[in-house]
Amino acid sequence: MTEQVEGLIRKEYAAGFHTSIESDTLKPGLDEEVIRFISAKKEEPEWMLEWRLKAFRAWQEMEEPTWAHVHYPNIDFQALSYYSAPKSMADKPKSLDEVDPELLEMYAKLGIPLHEQEALAGVAVDAVIDSVSVVTTYRAKLEEAGVIFCPISEAVHRFPELVKKYLGTVVPQKDNFYAALNSAVFSDGSFVYIPKGTRCPMELSTYFRINEMNTGQFERTLIIADEGSYVSYLEGCTAPMRDENQLHAAVVELVALDDAQIKYSTVQNWYPGDKEGKGGIYNFVTKRGICHRNARISWTQVETGSAVTWKYPSCILKGDNSVGEFYSVALTNNFQQADTGTKMIHIGKNTRSTIVAKGISAGRSQSAYRGLVRINAGAEGARNYTQCDSLLIGDRCGAHTFPYIESKNSTAQIEHEATTSKVSDDQLFLCQQRGLDAEKAVSMIVNGFCREVFKELPMEFAVEAGKLLEVSLEGSVG
Amino acid sequence: MLEIRNLNARVEGADILRNLSLSIKPGEVHAIMGPNGSGKSTLGNVLTGRPGYEVTSGEVLFNGKDLLSQEIEERAREGLFLAFQYPVEIPGVTNMEFLKASVDARRKHLGLPDLSSFDFMKLARETSKRVSLDAAFLKRGVNEGFSGGEKKRNEIMQMMLLEPSLCILDETDSGLDIDALQVVAGGVNAMRDDKRSFIIVTHYQRLLDYIVPDHVHVLAGGRIVKSGGKELALELEAKGYSWLEDEVA
Ligand SMILES: Nc1ncnc2c1ncn2[C@@H]1O[C@H](COP(=O)(O)OP(=O)(O)OP(=O)(O)O)[C@@H](O)[C@H]1O
Ligand SMILES: [Mg+2]
Repeated sequence: MTEQVEGLIRKEYAAGFHTSIESDTLKPGLDEEVIRFISAKKEEPEWMLEWRLKAFRAWQEMEEPTWAHVHYPNIDFQALSYYSAPKSMADKPKSLDEVDPELLEMYAKLGIPLHEQEALAGVAVDAVIDSVSVVTTYRAKLEEAGVIFCPISEAVHRFPELVKKYLGTVVPQKDNFYAALNSAVFSDGSFVYIPKGTRCPMELSTYFRINEMNTGQFERTLIIADEGSYVSYLEGCTAPMRDENQLHAAVVELVALDDAQIKYSTVQNWYPGDKEGKGGIYNFVTKRGICHRNARISWTQVETGSAVTWKYPSCILKGDNSVGEFYSVALTNNFQQADTGTKMIHIGKNTRSTIVAKGISAGRSQSAYRGLVRINAGAEGARNYTQCDSLLIGDRCGAHTFPYIESKNSTAQIEHEATTSKVSDDQLFLCQQRGLDAEKAVSMIVNGFCREVFKELPMEFAVEAGKLLEVSLEGSVG
Repeated sequence: MLEIRNLNARVEGADILRNLSLSIKPGEVHAIMGPNGSGKSTLGNVLTGRPGYEVTSGEVLFNGKDLLSQEIEERAREGLFLAFQYPVEIPGVTNMEFLKASVDARRKHLGLPDLSSFDFMKLARETSKRVSLDAAFLKRGVNEGFSGGEKKRNEIMQMMLLEPSLCILDETDSGLDIDALQVVAGGVNAMRDDKRSFIIVTHYQRLLDYIVPDHVHVLAGGRIVKSGGKELALELEAKGYSWLEDEVA
């Protein structure tokens, strides 16, 4: 560990705590007072509080959407707690030695040993535990490049002009039920700004971990890539076993200004519930990016976790010649349900989008692809290519595709391909006859099925994603 | 090496193999011929443990051990190999990855260390050359879009890499052009030694001109109705199978 990093941790590291350490948790319920409390806790400026309240008032008028192909018991939003911070936030440790060893161990299990983060593929990590950013490293190195990578709660204080200018411009407060809720109560998340013409010198990464009973998680992420800049952002999450369903409603906004490029990769493996379908995370996420002239946004996601997933990372292709990409693997097993896909909104001329969605269903799970490709009247020469492949393992699961295409411009070219296949007994037999056991065979076949998407992921992530699929499929073959 | 005693097996409720007995010693090559539907592929499937093939009675010893109680992959790791009559495709899984995983599994079973990726790639490239498959095939999905003949050569490549002790070739010669036939035969002959045995299922004498068998058996109605030396194959080519029916009856 370099002195620099140690120094940063001394400065930034917030708390040593683990599952058994008390958190400063707000009692359940949601009203204006709660929002004022959250805002006060964070010592937010007035404009931020007003912004939250506006969202809250809008949310009160809204209804939970029911169109997705998922079923879950009603969520009592008044039974959730909307703020939780590690208690020891107040007295920050002076060095790693003061950090709770159990926490370090937890990170080690997640594959991000603090001691080796720098060596680890030059990745900067901003870890969020519950609602407050706990560790932020590498700030100095990034600052040298002029890159801002900090908790959004901090950005509100340090860079209010940037936050004010862009927050809610891609996902407005009233966008949808969950986005409105998030806007009202968002706890923390990441803020990224890449200056003009800058290539971010390392991949930025956030690891999330849900660590409190009954705590909704409401991350808010805002990434701004200024003209001609480039950034690759990795988001990974994992949650421990628990019985009660937990709500997670994040919002991610990406702004790619002229000629900028943002690559956003997610590996999501939250607790999916047990084999009987008990427990697990409800994941209702709004992710959207806007592309200005010649800009490019790529969403790559590997979704293996959560009991219920509702997620449509989207691109608004506003600028001429801008490009949107969506590469997705969604795996469901046991009783998991996933309704995921993307929206590509073509506004500018010669805008292009590519969608490659791979759904894998095992056990009694259900997965749905839902995609919208909209070509506006002014989107001269727009092109879209969509490929949706489903792979079924066993015969009690289901895969569904709901492609929506709206084209208002006759020069647009839209291609759609869809396939459904099964892991066949003959394929399994071939693998086994060559000495592979059935689980290894299935995981190899599934990995092969996902190859096109995995190759879009950064190297370390691709390896992790492959392993995750293997773990997630455990017990799916007789 | 392989001892089959009074094997009876059924598929989908129909009895296919009836009291089949066969003994194969190390280093021997046995050719099995016989009319369509007589049970030749079924024999290979039963020996390798394919699901759906039910053994109703009889026993099989492979290297002195009870074969039928072993899992499919255990049998394979023990050195039993089947070159499929109809190789299936596994899209997206590269040949290289598939071969490495298979070879690793076999080596692990034998107590040998994994080959490094570098050494394996070298070996795989050499082997593909030996079966006249361009190295580009190693990067393609397993059998994905391969022509019939390419699939068969791919099977032989797998056999060469895995170095099994008992190889069953189920009509590997069907659909091959003359050059490919020689590649397959050359591969088998190069692997022949005093320990490794082969069961070669074929309809044609042509292959047996290249791979000279020690024994030839005729399978009809699920049992071996005639066994002989390599001359038997010539006799079958000349006379067909009908004359044997009298002998069976
Ligand atoms: N999986 C199966 N389901 C139903 N019937 C089967 C199955 N496998 C084999 N059979 C039947 O068993 C009998 C023997 O088939 P098998 O494939 O062993 O013949 P074969 O000797 O290999 O023939 P060929 O020379 O045409 O390859 C046939 O009547 C066939 O239809
Ligand atoms: Mg056959």
